[in-house]
Formats: sequence, C-alpha cells, structure tokens
Amino acid sequence: MCRIGAIKSKEFFHPSAALHLMLPQQEGHDNSGFAMVMQDLAGVFSKHKDKPLLSLACTQKGAKLVEDYMEANDFRQLAEWIPRGVKNVKLDIKAMPYYIFRNYDYPEYYRDASEEAKGELLLDTRLALRELLEKQEQGYVYSFWPDVLTLKEIGDPWDIATYFKLWDNNGDLMAKNVVVQCRQNTNYDIVRYAAHPFFLQGYTLCANGENTFYTKNKEYQKSLHRGYIGFESDSQNFLYTLHYVLQELKWPIKYYKHVITPLPFNELSLRSDGAELRAIRQSLGSLEINGPNTVIGMLPNGNIITCCDSKKLRPVVVGGDGTMVAIASEVCGLNAILPHRNQEQDVYPNEREVVIINDALEVERWKQ
Amino acid sequence: METIKTQDITVNDLPWKIECKPDRCTMCGSCVAACTFQAIMPAVERRSITVSTGHRPEPSQKHSAVLTIKQRNNIENACTGCGMCEKICPNQAIKPVRNPDSRFSLLARKGGSPIKRGGRTSLNSGRTLDNIIVGRISQMTDPALDSERHTFDILAPFGRVLMPHELPLSVVNGTLNLTAKLPPVNWIYPIIFSDMSIGALSTRAWEAVALATAYLNEKHNMPVRMSSGEGGMPVKLLESEQLKYMILQIASGHFGWNRIVKAIPKMKVDPAGVLIKIGQGAKPGDGGLLPAAKVADHVQAIRGVPKADLMSPPNHQGLYSIEESVQKMFLSMNAAFKFRVPVAIKCAASATSVSVYNNLLRDPYRICGGFFLDGIQGGTGAANEISLDHTGHPVVSKTRECYLSAVKQGRQGQIPLWAGGGIGLTGNAAADAFKVICLGANGVFLGKILIQLLGCVGNEHGRCNACNTGKCPAGICTQDPRLVERLDIDKGAQNIVEYMLALDSELRKLMAPIGNSSLPVGRSDALVTTDQAIAEKLAIQYVC
Repeated sequence: MCRIGAIKSKEFFHPSAALHLMLPQQEGHDNSGFAMVMQDLAGVFSKHKDKPLLSLACTQKGAKLVEDYMEANDFRQLAEWIPRGVKNVKLDIKAMPYYIFRNYDYPEYYRDASEEAKGELLLDTRLALRELLEKQEQGYVYSFWPDVLTLKEIGDPWDIATYFKLWDNNGDLMAKNVVVQCRQNTNYDIVRYAAHPFFLQGYTLCANGENTFYTKNKEYQKSLHRGYIGFESDSQNFLYTLHYVLQELKWPIKYYKHVITPLPFNELSLRSDGAELRAIRQSLGSLEINGPNTVIGMLPNGNIITCCDSKKLRPVVVGGDGTMVAIASEVCGLNAILPHRNQEQDVYPNEREVVIINDALEVERWKQ
Repeated sequence: METIKTQDITVNDLPWKIECKPDRCTMCGSCVAACTFQAIMPAVERRSITVSTGHRPEPSQKHSAVLTIKQRNNIENACTGCGMCEKICPNQAIKPVRNPDSRFSLLARKGGSPIKRGGRTSLNSGRTLDNIIVGRISQMTDPALDSERHTFDILAPFGRVLMPHELPLSVVNGTLNLTAKLPPVNWIYPIIFSDMSIGALSTRAWEAVALATAYLNEKHNMPVRMSSGEGGMPVKLLESEQLKYMILQIASGHFGWNRIVKAIPKMKVDPAGVLIKIGQGAKPGDGGLLPAAKVADHVQAIRGVPKADLMSPPNHQGLYSIEESVQKMFLSMNAAFKFRVPVAIKCAASATSVSVYNNLLRDPYRICGGFFLDGIQGGTGAANEISLDHTGHPVVSKTRECYLSAVKQGRQGQIPLWAGGGIGLTGNAAADAFKVICLGANGVFLGKILIQLLGCVGNEHGRCNACNTGKCPAGICTQDPRLVERLDIDKGAQNIVEYMLALDSELRKLMAPIGNSSLPVGRSDALVTTDQAIAEKLAIQYVC
C-alpha cells in the first residue's frame, strides 16, 4: 500500500523533513522508491521563482536532446542544480546518469503573454520533451513550471536520499510545500512515470488506494485534454479530474469532491443545491471514482487538500503546530516530525469531508 | 386396405405428436377442452381384440368401438407442444412429444402464405454473454464490498445528458448555479419492462406487468419503468398518478396517440418518458401486425380503430433521414410535454447502428434522450418466421461498438444506451444486465422474460410460440375472454415482483466483488472471456 504525505510550512524547510515524515510509515516491502514535488522554493532557485523550472532525469544523450530543443524554442537558461550522486554500490537505487533541475526564462515573444498562455506553452514544452525522450528512451521529464521541483527515483528511499545528499541540509534545496510518496507501483512493471506525485500545470497529486473506475475515467479523460496522457497509474485519474474541474471548467474546489464521489441520488434530492449537484453527477459520471482511496493534492496557489473515497477505506490524518502542518497516511509520520503538536487537534477526514490548508496554515474542513 | 397417398398429411409430419396412454385415460375430456389449438379431439376407434380365457388356448376375436383421444392431422390444428393437456390431465395420461422428423416447415406455407409465429429467433440463440465472466474480483488491495451491508446506487439515466462544459452553470459566491433549464433526465432502475402493447398482450397480462411495476415502485422503492407498447393505454391510467411509471411508446402506426394527446390536459403527472419505436430486433424492417382476431372491443376503443388487421408500417412514413426525424418527431414529442419528458428512440440492432448513434450524438437540439438497441434475440407477438430467424443483429457487440464510438468522441453517457433482445434468455437477467452494462450500456430492457414469468411456455426450440394466433394457451397473448381468464393477475404480478427483487440482490452480488457501489457502466476491465474471438471483438481480456 502507498503511504502518502505532504508538508506545508510558514518557513522554508529541507526535504529531509519529508523523509522523516514518510519512513516511519513503512510496512513490509512498501518503500520501493522516492518521489516528491516541492513548491515555493528557496535556495538555488530563489532568484527565479517566476521562471519555469524543468525537472528531468536522463542520459547524456537525453540531456543534449533537451538542450537542443530548449535552445531551438528560445528558452534561455537561468539557474541550474545538477546533483552529483554519491557513488556507492551498496546503495539501493536505480539511478539515471543525470538529474537536471534548470530554470529557464520564457522565450522573448512570451514575456508579455498572459499567465494562461504561458501555462499552455509550458505544458506543450513538457509534452514535447517527454515525447522526444520517450521515443529515443533517453529519459524522463517530470515537471516544467515556475517554482516547482520534482524528484523521482526507484529504490530504497533512505538510499535515494543518501545518493542525492538529501540528509545534509546545506540550504540549496528548501521549500514551503512538499508532497511526497515512497513507493513505486510494484503491482505492474516499474515505470518512473507511474510514481506519484503527478504534476500538471501547477496541480500536484498523489493518492493511496485503487481506483476501480480507472478504465471508465481513462476512456473519458483521454478526449478531454491533450495533457491527460500516460495513465501509467490509476491515480493519475485523480489529478486529471482535479485539473479539469478547477482549471478547465473553472469550478470552485468544493465541486471536485462532488465529481469524484457524488452523493447518492436520494441524498441529492434533499439538498437545496440538488439540481446543480445532480447535473454535475449526470454530466461527469465518467469521472466518478470507486474503490478505496485517499487523495492529497497541491494547487497552483500552494493550498494543499486532502479527501477520501466515499466508503473511506484508506486512512489519512492531518496535524500541525503553529508553523507547520503535515498530512500523512499514518499518524506515526506526524509524530516523527511534529512530536510536540496537540494531537487532540489532529483531523481524520471522513468519507464526505474535504480538508484544505492555506498559506496561513488555516485548516479548513467542510462536508460535501 | 387403403392405398397410401404420399401427399396426405399425417401426425408424423407435424412438429409435435400427442402421446396418450389409453390405460390411464378416463376420457374426462379436460385435455380436449384445454387445447386452444384444437389439436386433439375425442374419437371412436374400431379395435380388434383377441382373447383366450380357458386353461387351453381357445382364442376368439372380438371387435369393439372404443372412445379415445386423437390428434388432428392438419397444419391449421398442429400441436404446438404447449403442454396444456399434460398440465390439466388428472392422470398423467397425455403429453406432447417433439417430433424430430417433422415436415412442418415444408408443409406450412399453404396457400402461398409465409409461416407466421411469435416468440424468439430459433436459429440464432447462441449466447455471447454466457462466454463472458465477471473476472476482475477485488482481492487484497481493493476489498470487495458487502452486498448485504453496503449501499448501492443502482440507477440509470433516461434523458439527454450534456457535456460538462455545456452545462449552464455560473459561479456566484463560490457556488455553482444553474442559469437555464437542462434537458429532462429521469434516473430510473437500469431495467425497463419493455414495450408489449395491449393488443399483443391480453388486458390481464398487461395489467399484471403494470401492477408489478407499481408495486416495485411503491412498496420496494425500485424505480422500474414500463413501456406501454404501441397502441396506448386506458384513459384511467393516463389520468392517474401511476402514469409516472410509464413510458409512452409511439411506433409507426401511431396507434393510441389520439387518446394520449386528448388526455394530456388531464394528466396529473408526466409520464416517465416517450419512446419512439423505429424498429424491433425480432423482426427488423418488418412492420407490426395485430390480426383482426385480436382486435377486441377494448383494443378498438383504446386505439380508436375498427375491427380489422392493424398494420404498423415498417418505417415511420414521412421521415426520410435521421436529421429529419430528430427535427420533426423528437421536437414534436418533446414539445407535447413542454420539454419536461425525455424522448428516446428504439432501433433494431443493425450493421448501421453506430452511424445512427453517432448522428444522434451530434443532434444540435440535444433532445435525444436515449438510444434503445434491440437485438435479434428479442421476442415478438407476431412475425413472419423468415424475419424472426433470418434477419436481425446480435445486440452485445453492437452495444459495445456504439459505446466505444462515443468514447472516441468523448461523448459516452450523453445519449444513454439501453440494450435488449435476449436479456435473461437463459433465465438470469441480472447476470446478462450486469455484463452488458460493463460493456457500455446504461441499462437493459426485458420483455419475453416477463411473459414467461406470467406463464408463457414458449421457447427457442419451437415450443408454442403461437402468439400470433390469438389462441395463447396461457391467456397472455390473446383477447379471447375465456382464455384470458386463465391468467391470475395477482399471481402473475407477484412472480414478476419476486423475480425483480431477486434480480436486485443478484446485481448487488455482482457489484460487490468488483468493489463498485454505483453501476459499472463501461467497466469492461471487470469482464473476461474464454473465447478469443469475443475477447477481440469486445476488447476484453481473454483468459483460459
């Protein structure tokens, strides 16, 4: 079972906090990888927060392919962080030759473009790079977005952290928001793209569970948006629906829950907004999820949300102190990084609840 | 001694032979009275008996006239194998036996007239659905649900569903508000009692189905809907609260609509829907026929017609294209109920179904509220045998093709797909419904199985299927008052209700192991098949 987690803090923190959140949660041979998305960065990239940051893992040839493409498309390189891995044969990591995290300036003709147009450009660029690398099997591109960094690798999370020197806090890599997960999709072929969290145009998501409406969701999502691709994991469905409801339909966040776990018809008829909710259930029936699931999502504005499926068959807990709030599948993760918080204030969201944490670390919880 | 005339029809030429045991028969006459086809009659036979009663053989021959039951040896009175004689005989003295050497099909086109009958196709009763298994069982990661304990949303849409971006919604203070009216959509039980008219059915049979429908709704909270069939319904029902359980059908004869239209101002509630019947799976391209023999007084009254053969043309006269039918027929049916009642269309499954469905999906008025596909295994009250056995199209692959075609366009679910024609053919409608739903149907419709629950004994192997004759021995497909009396309405309705309650439990028993609390429409990943050709055609997993 995946354990998932997220940390949101008023102060910049080091990714080792995410590891401390996740490692106590390990059960059996769970920990088969490490993946995190960091948002609102400090350190190496602090000077270019408004400029897109590319996260990729590739071969030397892949790096060249990417460089050529970016140059041909008028992206100008700004800052860069290329971690030099610790070479130790005893480390359990299936490392790629290169990990590149690079800030770019927009092409000149895009500098005055709207945020929306820039967002489309960044997506198209990521999709083009992915296709380029995939075709020649030269690497993986995970995200290309301002102030967002994605790191994913296969192996033991502890060893992966050692490899990337994530245990040593030298101030290079800091963030206020992190979404994290420590398991590769061991049920199928191990594919780097199948590891959560997934990212699309400022939306990050990871999920714990199994979406038994995967086929239904996938068949519908495929025709909704050019960015809804891959489907290496049934949890990508959650991200694409989040993106579709918020970014494409531009509906308020509370309708995300109504789309993925609609209320039963007999409850809809009792609600004052029953007509709207019924219309949503009707028209977005193919995006309903089923099976046991818990979702953690991070929005472009930095807010972090969590909710469960309507039968609540997978656990999640939210807890925090004044400066940091964390979400984890198991409470032992929270105890590791927030031992002095008031546990009585921990939130265990129920099957109809959504929890949102904003930048002021206010924990908002409401019922569907 | 008589000379053999080879052209003479004898009992051995007929599909069923009556086997009568004279030693058990008491000549009570019940079988003769019960046989609606007059296939048997009392007769006197001359018998020659040789007896010897002494210690030594002293044979003497005696001739006597004895009463017996004799089978008529003509085509008009051929035994249909319905077995009413066996059912009524107090002594188990008589029964029909299938005759494998029957020459009936060669002899029955007397007068140059095609063979007519009711029932289902006899040649195409192969079952794709029995080769499909619900094979994706939740184990470990996705625990199965508990069919007894969990709640399940077993409902299907009837009505036109809009694409998400087409919804007239605006955001006010962080809340979505509908700013315009949506096309009407009724969420109903995913099984519709299919269209069998008053006329094709006896009033009692129709009433039993209507009674079961109302009972399921009002006592068991199962929103099952019943389609009227062509020919309308009693005005009393049109003006009652129970109209909300009925789907009004309009077919090419437009029978009964004069009364329906006149009743509209007096309707207390809206009907559940309107179903435009273009074609029927059992006899595609062949119009309906209600023989004059079945046009009884009440049928004349309901349909507003004289006693005559009532022929529904094979197509809707005056409609020459899909676009035209949408513009004229859909719009006028929608307008009749002020756009409050969904209007759907029923077509015989055909090699061309996907193109019709695609066209409807692009309807600019967004008023086509359902696409009903009727397969070759559908039943009918009367048809030419050549249509029943040699025309039509299986419904399973065609439903799947329609669904996948909608998927390709991102339009699945907008015009709900309903499949029928052979659902429940082998007795388990829940399993059939579930599998067709996983392949992309929103729901299914049942007809034949309902009348079987009322007592119909017809089957795909040539038993009875005399729905066209007006002599239905079960009192179901006849208007003869003496025959209709044979049907106990309450018992018939009870059989349907009990079957549906069991079906509901069985649907849960299938939803629970795949871990779904709402209908798995299009969840083809839940199905596997042991037949490679089926796997390939339906795009489901092949297993062995």
